[in-house]
Amino acid sequence: MFGKSAKSEALAGEITDYTAIQGRSLMHDARERFLRNKAAMACVIALGLIAVFVVFGPLVAQWSNEEIDWTAMGDVAVLGKPSISSGHFFGTDDLGRDLYSRTIQATRTSLLVGLIGASMALIVGTSYGVISGYYGGRLDNVMMRIVDILMAIPTTLVIILILVIAGRSFIALFIALGAVSWLTMSRIVRAQTMALKGREFIEAARASGVSETMIIIRHILPNLIGVVIVYASLLVPEMILAESFISFLGLGISEPQTSLGRLIAEGAGTMGYGTLWQLAYPLTFYVSIIITMFFIGDGLRDALDPKDR
Amino acid sequence: MLTYTIRRLLVAIPTILLLIVASFFLMHAAPGGPFTSERPLPPAVLANIESRYGLDQPLLKQLWDYLMNILLRFDFGPSFKFKDRDVNDIIAQGFPISLTYGTLSFLAASFVGITLGIIAAIRHNSWIDYFAVSVGIAAQALPNFIMGPILILTFTLWLQLLPGGGWNGGQWQYLIMPVIALSTSYMGNIARITRSSMLEVLNSNFIRTARAKGLPERQVIWRHAMKPTLLPVISYLGPVFVYVLTGSVFVDLYFSTGGLGQSYVNSALTRDYAVLLGVTILYGTLTVFVNMITDLAYAWFDPKIRY
Repeated sequence: MFGKSAKSEALAGEITDYTAIQGRSLMHDARERFLRNKAAMACVIALGLIAVFVVFGPLVAQWSNEEIDWTAMGDVAVLGKPSISSGHFFGTDDLGRDLYSRTIQATRTSLLVGLIGASMALIVGTSYGVISGYYGGRLDNVMMRIVDILMAIPTTLVIILILVIAGRSFIALFIALGAVSWLTMSRIVRAQTMALKGREFIEAARASGVSETMIIIRHILPNLIGVVIVYASLLVPEMILAESFISFLGLGISEPQTSLGRLIAEGAGTMGYGTLWQLAYPLTFYVSIIITMFFIGDGLRDALDPKDR
Repeated sequence: MLTYTIRRLLVAIPTILLLIVASFFLMHAAPGGPFTSERPLPPAVLANIESRYGLDQPLLKQLWDYLMNILLRFDFGPSFKFKDRDVNDIIAQGFPISLTYGTLSFLAASFVGITLGIIAAIRHNSWIDYFAVSVGIAAQALPNFIMGPILILTFTLWLQLLPGGGWNGGQWQYLIMPVIALSTSYMGNIARITRSSMLEVLNSNFIRTARAKGLPERQVIWRHAMKPTLLPVISYLGPVFVYVLTGSVFVDLYFSTGGLGQSYVNSALTRDYAVLLGVTILYGTLTVFVNMITDLAYAWFDPKIRY
């Protein structure tokens, strides 16, 4: 019926049972949509470059972040200028510390804060929301009233409160960020779970005798992934913002640790003395991180949002 | 509507009570107090001080006294650091200042944001639309603590037009930069929300009908499109109020306006729990009430919601 050729033989050989029935999953669709989104992809690359800089930047640094360049410290406005020859690529700060190393350190802190804050929201918020939404009834009522009350307190104040009480360390900071970030996530997850709960495939699973825990793990959670990813990605810049705000006030993590908010505060404090680079470099990194994160979050929302399909 | 209002009030009151109780216990769970210093006080002196502030009482009794003082007399107790000032004095001194520029920022953000968003939507794809969109994006990356230094750099150090800080009884020169720093980011967000909401409304069926029956465009927008456009904006105004409150902490500190934020940060640094607790409760209560008002406004505005 068909003519035979080497090419068709080769093609036929490639079609197996596996490739033939492979459909296009929602995730596959979403990935493709995301890859086509030029702004989001450009931001992924830019963020990747920043991450590479944070990881490999210290290799070319001439000064560590704690060393004090005593000569530069004498006349920061002149000797502390950004230059290749002195080894201070981004100049020095007011105390003669190398701003290049400090910026890397601060950027790392901010990225970590964003990631850890968002993942804490992801873990706590998702489990809380799923339990509340799936079991419903009085439990749901109590759990959501608790969320309502916690949401009534301004988040920044909560973080400041926790940092004051638990001391200004990394762990306290992460606990504080985790404590405030899961609230909205739990609400979103709960709403989504309640919508899923009434669907036929859950009924079917229940009718065939699947246990409640298994239903949650196998049927509810995978269907939540889209919403959760989108919201978590939008949380990352929010967490970075909150942390920078608190660091700017001087209530964040303490020296020798630093974060972009702290560096911006220091730069802003000395900008009257002609050492503008102390503000410019941290600010540039900060603004590029926030903007790229928002575009990536936006792109993920466009790619995964069920409304768009 | 009335029953809904009453129901919301009934939820708000226990929320505030719980807020007070929770923050009270949180403060007292903290290791070390305002009187722990590097040079420990003699036990007799410490006991004396503690009895003066009632810290030697059982915790529940302290809580009860604290609650009763707030509820019956709006009295947040004495400050632990300042011997001659109590928390009420500190709030009375700082809060009016924070409230003044906070309200101004809130109004500026809402008014300019909504106007910009609406014009951008009406003149879709024009230069003003692109301007509004870019302001919306920039707003994400320019929160108050970034705007503050940038403003001082431009207007104080470079152009030398405005004073770099201070309050001076709320003269307008001293108000401009705090208000701009505090409102820009939310202005951008409000413009973005208004624009996308207006675009959606303008594409809906009832607007087409209104145009089809020959209404002038001005009336279509004012009478028909405005109300549904503002719905999502209203629900964002509650959060904006909260952001302005917390943002005022930054403004007070950076522009030295002498508002409540300065006392708040100082009390956090010196562990003056009485002030910290008082301000947290004040801000929390305000937040609860503003959220309630936005919900009520939403219910009043939205014909689809009837309680």
